[in-house]
Amino acid sequence: MFKILKYSFYDLMRGRWAFLYTAFYLALTSTLLWLSPDLSKVIISLMNVVLILVPLIATMFGIMYYYHSREFTELLLAQPLRRTSIFFGQYLGIALSLSASLLVGIGLPFVLWGVFSSDSTGEWLMVLVTGIFLSFIFAAVAYFIALNHENRIKGFGLAILAWLVFAVVYDGVFLLLLTMYNDYPLEGFAIAGTMINPIDMARVLILLQLDISALMGYTGAVFQKFLGQSFGMMLAFGALMMWVLLPALGIRWVAQRKDF
Amino acid sequence: MKYFLHLLTLILWTVCPPAAPAGTIRVAPGSAWASVHEAVSKACDGDTILIAKGLYLEHGITVSRPLALIGEPGAIIDAQGKGTILVVEAPGVTVRGLEFHNTGYSYVEDRSAIRIRKTDGFTISHNILKNTTFGIYLEYARHGTVFANHLVGKAVEEASSGNGIHLWYCKNIRLEKNHIIGHRDGIYLEFADSSHIKDNVAFQNLRYGLHFMFSNDDTYSGNRFSENGAGVAVMFSRRIHMWNNEFSRNWGKASYGLLLKEIYDLEISHNTFRENTIGILVEGSNRVNYLNNDFIRNGWAIKMTGGCLENTIRDNNFLSNTFDMAMHSSTTSNSLDGNYWDNYDGYDLDRDKTGDIPYRPVKLFNFIVHQSPESMILLRSLFIDLLNLAEKVSPVFTPENIADRKPRMRRVVHPAVPTIHLS
Repeated sequence: MFKILKYSFYDLMRGRWAFLYTAFYLALTSTLLWLSPDLSKVIISLMNVVLILVPLIATMFGIMYYYHSREFTELLLAQPLRRTSIFFGQYLGIALSLSASLLVGIGLPFVLWGVFSSDSTGEWLMVLVTGIFLSFIFAAVAYFIALNHENRIKGFGLAILAWLVFAVVYDGVFLLLLTMYNDYPLEGFAIAGTMINPIDMARVLILLQLDISALMGYTGAVFQKFLGQSFGMMLAFGALMMWVLLPALGIRWVAQRKDF
Repeated sequence: MKYFLHLLTLILWTVCPPAAPAGTIRVAPGSAWASVHEAVSKACDGDTILIAKGLYLEHGITVSRPLALIGEPGAIIDAQGKGTILVVEAPGVTVRGLEFHNTGYSYVEDRSAIRIRKTDGFTISHNILKNTTFGIYLEYARHGTVFANHLVGKAVEEASSGNGIHLWYCKNIRLEKNHIIGHRDGIYLEFADSSHIKDNVAFQNLRYGLHFMFSNDDTYSGNRFSENGAGVAVMFSRRIHMWNNEFSRNWGKASYGLLLKEIYDLEISHNTFRENTIGILVEGSNRVNYLNNDFIRNGWAIKMTGGCLENTIRDNNFLSNTFDMAMHSSTTSNSLDGNYWDNYDGYDLDRDKTGDIPYRPVKLFNFIVHQSPESMILLRSLFIDLLNLAEKVSPVFTPENIADRKPRMRRVVHPAVPTIHLS
């Protein structure tokens, strides 16, 4: 598996797209840091980008890479190799190269700027960590969709749809439900609803660093417990881990049964 | 009893002629004067009682003539949980450099370390109070100073705890440079007029750092209030001036940097509100001027509810607050012009250093959160941003006239704090 991972990773890192992706983050982060003297403002802007763009790019990358390396995959399948190592190798290759781009693109400018001597270290780390989580999650989701659909157009369409649902539509429906049933106690529902969507979960994790003053203004006891202590943080990270594992298991399940 | 008191006075008068020069009594453990109580009851007008280093297990000491009680370092009066330690009933008393420990708590009486009762001209300074229910309790006191005292309480719950410095029907009092930790309210004023509260620090108190009601013509400057249960509450008072204070890190469902309730003619300037759930919560307060303040990283910088009229909010900096403002009324006579809002995304084509389009600090999401508080969890999501944007383009829910028509393009550099001479 590591050989395939290594191969995929280097293949991707050498490619034009990974370079562009890294360059984009570098440019964006440096510009933001240069324009705004207020570090937490920069982090808010960055958070919006990370929450929307990282899943989108991860989805596109995942699906493109699968279709692109389809012939190579077939070649590998003909070799005496385990299917799980082939597909996990490729998936991890994508996820790691995306994470590396993110790490360099967002990490480097901040480190050069001197984030470690500021009081925003926690927020910055949280943006990075959730960004990496989102890369893994959405690369896996895309790969899973690609595995299931030989038709490229259909695969692309579904992947974009998945992204759209998680990034925008879900929140709309969620908000609608919250306002429609606001006569009922909705705390548990609100937390559960957030857990289900990895983008929301990532957002809440960053908010816990950024807007804790406002979040503490909410009256409910369950929320207080969830937001106030490390308990909420653990739960959120747990949910993100689940979100990495679930599509990965899906990939495994499909890969083992699929007839190529 | 009264007869006895008269007799006692007579006896004392024969001991101390009224015109005798002031003497000094030194109280020390093991010496002829081993008890503070005894020294205080036998001293003459204007005497100084020096209290040497040592532990004095006493309480219920009443000072009924003008004396100066001065502690040498390490002089501790410990009530062992039995009651109020020192009661001052005479004018012109000085209490300095003493330590007061352990008044204990009673559900029947308000126990305090130092109690000033119906008198004036006192100075309470440089004392250390530990584990006292009420710290310094002033009732019907006038023209006195409470300066540089350290009060450390161990309050656990509101019902069985007292206030650090408590003023009740007082006038012309100066509270300066006191540190108050771990009481119910750090500083509590009720019916305290024309007083100056300056450079005090109150933190980690159970309820309010500063709490005042029905207290007019007071000034508050240079104080720091942080991490108190509910921040600072100011109610039912008139003609107040607060400047150069810092209100920070008051978090919780009912926490605010500053609560203004039924306050008229208040000026709040040069203060810093940092990381509070609500920076200032305003209820029914009129003619309040908010000038040159900094609101940094609060949940809500300013939240106004019902009937606030003729308030002016000008030359303030709103930096990195989650919500700049919440206001639940559609009509307003308040002016918001001329502030710096870091969320403002307008432009300045005519280069007059103010934005060309108004800034509306009340966002649609404010209303949604007000309607269903749980939706707070969607804060800063793309969908919410889209909603806010749509609302901004064509306002339907947010009031049209709550707006800064001259938003500044750059952060306000506050002018130096005006020197205000205290009477």
